[in-house]
Amino acid sequence: MKKYILDMMVNSNCRIHKNYCLLKLGTIDVLPEMLPGQFVEVKVDHSPSTFLRRPISINFVDRDTNELWLLIQIVGDGTKQMAEYKPGDIINVELPLGNSFSIPGNRNDSLLLIGGGVGVAPMLYLGAFLRKQGFNPTFLLGARSQEDVLQSDLFHQYGEVYITTENGSLGEKGFVTDHTIFQNSFDFIYACGPKPMMMAVAKSAFQRNIVCEVSLENKMACGIGACLCCIEKTTEGNVCVCSEGPVFNIKKLKWQN
Amino acid sequence: MNVNIGNLECKNPVMTASGTFGYGVEYADFMDISCLGGIIVKGTTIQPREGNDYPRMVETSSGMLNAVGLQNKGARYFSEHIYPAIKDIDTNVIVNVSGSSIETYAECAEVIASLDHISAIEVNISCPNVKQGGMTFGVTSCGAASVVKAVRKVYPKTMIVKLSPNVTDITEIAKAVEGEGADSVSLINTLLGMAINVEKRKPELSTITGGLSGPCVKPVALRMVWQVFHSVKIPVIGLGGICNWKDAVEFMLAGATAIQIGTYNFIDPTVSVKVIAGIDDYCNRHGFKSVKEIIGTLEV
Repeated sequence: MKKYILDMMVNSNCRIHKNYCLLKLGTIDVLPEMLPGQFVEVKVDHSPSTFLRRPISINFVDRDTNELWLLIQIVGDGTKQMAEYKPGDIINVELPLGNSFSIPGNRNDSLLLIGGGVGVAPMLYLGAFLRKQGFNPTFLLGARSQEDVLQSDLFHQYGEVYITTENGSLGEKGFVTDHTIFQNSFDFIYACGPKPMMMAVAKSAFQRNIVCEVSLENKMACGIGACLCCIEKTTEGNVCVCSEGPVFNIKKLKWQN
Repeated sequence: MNVNIGNLECKNPVMTASGTFGYGVEYADFMDISCLGGIIVKGTTIQPREGNDYPRMVETSSGMLNAVGLQNKGARYFSEHIYPAIKDIDTNVIVNVSGSSIETYAECAEVIASLDHISAIEVNISCPNVKQGGMTFGVTSCGAASVVKAVRKVYPKTMIVKLSPNVTDITEIAKAVEGEGADSVSLINTLLGMAINVEKRKPELSTITGGLSGPCVKPVALRMVWQVFHSVKIPVIGLGGICNWKDAVEFMLAGATAIQIGTYNFIDPTVSVKVIAGIDDYCNRHGFKSVKEIIGTLEV
């Protein structure tokens, strides 16, 4: 898939939570093809302490408005600067990077899409994509508390949505792996979120022999498989998360031991 | 814009540094990679190497530390699987060669010597991220000389030797490798450094220490290029923190015949194209007919 470096215009930047913002970017030309699970690398200007680009998951591609959505968790100086972008600002973006989630062959397959915290980001685009292809995905969104549940209103249009919060303020109390719906049998589970969450999901999926893909977010420099910094141990040795991932089938990862 | 490094003819003085540009093809969507003066591909060893554990990288002020540890699939895999895909790139493809002993350096160089379309090697005696070999050889004149001597016996084409800045006097090492028949020296490799996560009270890298690169190292690199230029007769290739044409011209004025762009490829994958254009424009503005006219012309 051809990669591009684009100067994109900030159409809107909405602070949807004290720690998260939703950045919508547009271009004059039609946005290139992008698949669910892929990511972009954003060049962060005007932040002296930020040197490298920031890898950000594709949250949604709105073909009607020709907009790319990035859901950003404000963690350090780079993402803090991104939260300050104003409509009309131009930012430089490399896209689309990495592989993508697998799309099952059978439209009747039962699919569970799990997003924990900002890990909901790739699940929105994946859910929309699957729905368009005739699938009927189920979503399980996890967060610390009610106010930390992100974009749940948007997920409803693509399938049933279940929620867990660690303090029980919305949905079931506990982790995603504690939720009733998670105990159901699925043909395919997709997960993105904190590593301990993904490992717990993977362990259960592995035991129940459910096909499972997870999206990793190792620290990256180049984003295109050139520097070999973001490696993950796999059955095929150390591989770059940026170019051979970020999506991995759990069978390929060395998480079982 | 052309320059010569030993017998190597380069269409311009701008190359991309080993470990920052993959095998070149990773960047082909973004730019015409054949416009470069040379592409120095990922460090290669005779045996495959898995490299160091994660985390291998941390961002620092105006740069980054890495501890990749020469992950590569080995010289024979390179010859059979990677070389066919890159041999027809219309510029100098140079292989960075590393080893863990004098013998393995020579073995690796010998395998690469058999590849017709690889126009030169860069012998890496300066990797700070492997326990054995690498920088061990590059920090003494004697160690550096012994590697170069062994490689020279088996490698007839252009041999560039990449020097470590982690030494007391880099000119001594440069003179030692020149004495054993190196055609050129490239400098600097990364500076040994470290970073600590204070919340966790743990090092940021799995290897504790790693190699520092990026604009933060440029003044050090520039000083060393200038010193080495005045110590040896062979051409010097300058690198270390180059982000734009002005940085590149600084290195050339200090004595570099060619330059390499490394870490900044990660921030702007097309930076090398811009640097080529910028050097050309600089020469035109100052009335130089050839880029060679600016090499080492620093007025002091």
